[in-house]
Amino acid sequence: MSNNTQSAPALELSRIAKAFGAVIALTNGTLALRSGSIHALVGENGAGKSTLVKIIAGLYQRDSGEFTLGGESVDFTSTAQSKAAGIAVIYQEPTLFPDLSVTENIFMGRQPTRSLRRIDRKLMRDEALGLFARLGVRIDPDRPTLGLSIADQQLIEIAKAISLDAKVLVMDEPTAALSGVEVDRLFAVARSLRDEGRALLFISHRFDEVFDLCDTVTVMRDGAYIATSPIADTTVEQIVRQMVGRDVSALFPKEEAVIGGDVLVVEGLTEAGVFQNVSFTVKSGEIVALAGLVGAGRSEIARAVFGVDPYSSGKVSIGGQPVPRRNPAAAMKLGLALVPEDRRKQGLVLETSVARNATMAIRQQLTRFGLLFARPETAAAREWASRLEVKTSALDTEVGTLSGGNQQKVVLAKWLATQPTVLIVDEPTRGIDVGTKAEVHRLLSQLAGQGLAILMISSELPEVLGMADRVLVVREGQITAEISRAEATAETVMFAATHAASEIAR
Amino acid sequence: MTALSPSPTVGSRIAHGFGAFVKARETGILLALVLVIVAATVKNPNFLFSSDGFRDLLLTPSILLLVAVGQAIVIITRNVDLSVGSVLGLTAYLTGRLFIDVPGIPVIAVFAIGIVAGGLLGLINGALVAFAKVPALVITLGTLYAYRGINVLWTGSDRINSSDMPASFLALGTQSILFIPILTIIAVVVLVVAAWYLRNQRGGRELYAIGSDPDAANLYGLKVTQRLLAAFILCGALAGLAGVLYAARYGTVNSQAGAGYELNAVGAAVIGGVAIFGGSGSVWGAAIGAYLLLTINRALPILGVQDFWQRAVVGALIIGAIVLDRVLALRQARRLVEARDS
Amino acid sequence: MTNFLQALAPATRTYKDHSQPLWRRILFSREAAVIGGTLLVILVASLSVRAFAKPITATYLLLDIAPILLIALPMSLIIITGEIDLSVASIVGLSSVTLGVLHQGGMPIEAAAVVALLVGALAGAVNGFLITVVGLPSLAVTIGTLALYRGLAVGLLGTKAVTEFTEFWTDLAKSKIGATAIPSVVIPIVILAAIFGVVLHLTPFGRGIYAIGLSAEAARFSGIHVERTKFILFMLSGLVSALAGIYYTLRFSSARGDNATGLELSVIAAVLLGGVSIFGGRGSTLGPIAGAVLIGVLASALRLANVTSDVINIITGTLLVASVVATSFLAWLRTKRSRPGKKTETLAAAKG
Repeated sequence: MSNNTQSAPALELSRIAKAFGAVIALTNGTLALRSGSIHALVGENGAGKSTLVKIIAGLYQRDSGEFTLGGESVDFTSTAQSKAAGIAVIYQEPTLFPDLSVTENIFMGRQPTRSLRRIDRKLMRDEALGLFARLGVRIDPDRPTLGLSIADQQLIEIAKAISLDAKVLVMDEPTAALSGVEVDRLFAVARSLRDEGRALLFISHRFDEVFDLCDTVTVMRDGAYIATSPIADTTVEQIVRQMVGRDVSALFPKEEAVIGGDVLVVEGLTEAGVFQNVSFTVKSGEIVALAGLVGAGRSEIARAVFGVDPYSSGKVSIGGQPVPRRNPAAAMKLGLALVPEDRRKQGLVLETSVARNATMAIRQQLTRFGLLFARPETAAAREWASRLEVKTSALDTEVGTLSGGNQQKVVLAKWLATQPTVLIVDEPTRGIDVGTKAEVHRLLSQLAGQGLAILMISSELPEVLGMADRVLVVREGQITAEISRAEATAETVMFAATHAASEIAR
Repeated sequence: MTALSPSPTVGSRIAHGFGAFVKARETGILLALVLVIVAATVKNPNFLFSSDGFRDLLLTPSILLLVAVGQAIVIITRNVDLSVGSVLGLTAYLTGRLFIDVPGIPVIAVFAIGIVAGGLLGLINGALVAFAKVPALVITLGTLYAYRGINVLWTGSDRINSSDMPASFLALGTQSILFIPILTIIAVVVLVVAAWYLRNQRGGRELYAIGSDPDAANLYGLKVTQRLLAAFILCGALAGLAGVLYAARYGTVNSQAGAGYELNAVGAAVIGGVAIFGGSGSVWGAAIGAYLLLTINRALPILGVQDFWQRAVVGALIIGAIVLDRVLALRQARRLVEARDS
Repeated sequence: MTNFLQALAPATRTYKDHSQPLWRRILFSREAAVIGGTLLVILVASLSVRAFAKPITATYLLLDIAPILLIALPMSLIIITGEIDLSVASIVGLSSVTLGVLHQGGMPIEAAAVVALLVGALAGAVNGFLITVVGLPSLAVTIGTLALYRGLAVGLLGTKAVTEFTEFWTDLAKSKIGATAIPSVVIPIVILAAIFGVVLHLTPFGRGIYAIGLSAEAARFSGIHVERTKFILFMLSGLVSALAGIYYTLRFSSARGDNATGLELSVIAAVLLGGVSIFGGRGSTLGPIAGAVLIGVLASALRLANVTSDVINIITGTLLVASVVATSFLAWLRTKRSRPGKKTETLAAAKG
């Protein structure tokens, strides 16, 4: 299949390093993409994959290292340059122009013209249809892209890439929001692109897809290259070990805790198109994990429980008290706390100080006669920041300048300061270094030991398996399985994450 | 493999086009315009059926049409230009001064200078928006008053009178060809050219892209700065042209010429279906919006409403238009999501 | 109830409260720049313009900028949350007309004033409703209500003006405090400014305003009522604009539909000059006050120097543009310093 194994790689990165101020994203980014190959890039969150992709795309410039395309050294200062050089990147969230038609989106900036430089609409439309025919898909070329499914939007991006005759296509977590049928369609397209001699880079967390589609796999960990192997010569266990770096079981010690009564009770939570009939409980002292593939709807469930998102039916209660819908402030008063998925956009106000961020959720409690003075504010911030060992020189440092791990600690400080009875953490260790990861896990474990009820959303299987007393598996907005700690393994969890509830033998 | 969206037949294309036409915003306001004219004519047949009535109906909104077209182009890129009224006033006064200070100046030169002057004033706006990345709202609010101040300073207590300008020039403002006023013809020609450019030229389509998603436009590698500058220059130039025509139409120009035009221009565009967030709408809609706005103003006294209420009507129409747009957008989004999930 | 503290590390770390010493923080703040600029202009004007340094100049200056000072208070908060209210001048006009029409119709002036305040609050609430409930952009809405409210004001009175007002109140509007040159209207202004200042800088509500301006999404996730906050601010803006309208009417003894046309420019200019960022999230109460005084001083000095009011408009407009460009430039500098740009020197070293 790949007949170019002897020739130069289509794209090669070697010992790429990149840092953002104090944050070191890459120490050794290495990758060799060959034409006619689908190459997987795997690694935990924070391994440096997305930084590498952004360097390939021209969004960032590397600090050091080699970057060659077709044998020649390149240095892109803009995305336009990388596109012109024949590289196309399809992101998880495609950026199209919502008001314009599918056809215009594909050809924007280079529409075919006829006399008087008039855009040749008929030709453009026919070319778009031709592209879709090549891909074997049906999309109406005249409709606006607003409202198209993510799957269709990705295909439009791929159509764009083909019309630009891209030699290298990078797909960043493309299947995160796709249904099974759409995934099959995407894979058929990817294989035909490979057979045309293009080089594909496939970044994913889903091992079954990696093994199904790709012929080579590169593993990264903590910003560095670990290994490359042909898929045929490796196994999931081997890859996981390379990703994690040590034996899984030794990593996340969850101490024994006294499991008390129900604290958080969720019944029949439903929101059309997002999640259906979700019911579960979390007891004090318990860590319950919500596992599943990215895009399964877990964060949406958490946000609805907390009140940021609406839900159309169902009930949430804490300690017997009903939690009102769509009212985070009320949920907070009842003892609920949510450490959100997107630390930078949802968890923190990046452009303000550590002190302000740390005290944002307890502003009301710090007032005297209704007024919030600087001294109590800084005192509270100092106490909680220091208890969580946030590393910063001053409390009025802008939180956006801290490292990912420290930022996460500020978010945790902010929510622990509210002294909640239920803590929901969404991807608690995403994008943070290994040392801080361990600290966070130890912290969560000890908090549970003190009686806190914890609901943890995580896409990292080792984390789920290590920390959780119970694993609730979510697939396409529904809970498909509840697996106790004793029975939870990578296989049982992944099976439940990829199959409908009816198919899971119980 | 099944045939994919085969090329539509002529018949189906006509049917599809007709369906789109009926649902289009432009059709809606065209209908509203017709209704207003009918209502006013019923009350007072002279509104439409006298020679003056018909002429004024076409003539008065022509100047606003030009300004509204320019405004629409800027709004499509997700910006706004509040200084157009002041630009109009400046170029109208400039027109008069040229005829006074440069005797025998050819009319065509006055047109050219007026348009260029307007373009330069637009360039200042565009440069500040594109390079300094400052919101157009604030910039053009500032230049609205700065330009007007310059105008008042320059004019002093002076005033341009029709006697200061050659008859051939003033004739443009009042004469008609085949019952259609010359000013209207000029305005419609500009409208057609602008509409053609926005629909058929790469630059025009890129303006829509920039307004639809500025970040995506940067990622695509579009020359955003260049296009933004062009949009503002064009808007200023059209306001400049409108100023010259204003002088021709009214003959007298004082320091307050054009005051309030920016509000009517934004209103006309918004009512005509140009989304305030950019990315959609047409100059046709803005043009019909201009006509609708001013015709309503003229019809109000006939329908028994004092013309003091004009401004309130404009405001109510603007708010109505954006609320309508929002409701339609929400409904469409819901429908698309349901279709996708079914 | 869980006792967390046992699960956490002991609180022994020390942090500095501030990364820069107090004098540096004060000296390099935007407010210091504006106040400094104002003092400078006052100094220059006192020396170069005849009759500027007289107490009576200060009296008229303060009487003139009183409406701007008043409306700048809620406008600052609105701009800090990332919105804008262009309809304030129209609400001034509407409240002025309401006062005039009701009083002329026989209502005692006190009651008419209360109704005018309610009308202003209602107008602000309409803005707030369209923006927070219907979800429309504040720019578009307030351009529409700018026209609507002004249109209602003009429609109610036409070209007429109401000029008969109770002498007690019109005198009070123009009166001074005791034997000083300071107008009495400064008292309510100072009180309101203190209230707004305290709310913005010393209350949870005020912290919430900053958070909304910097990241509405993160604010929502922290339990801040984003929509409720914005609605309240727009209603306040309407209320204070109505108050300014009452003052304006009484001071000039004239209620007209076109009162205060164009005032929104001066208010926005004062607010932006005073260091409030048009992008939201930054600003204070003191800065806009200084900004309003600066504009007033400039206008006053220029008028005394026999410069016409149109030039004052040119200067105000240019100042507005200049201050926003400067803010944008400073923000650009800040991003360049804290996050390394795309171009790095190490790359060149690696290539060589």
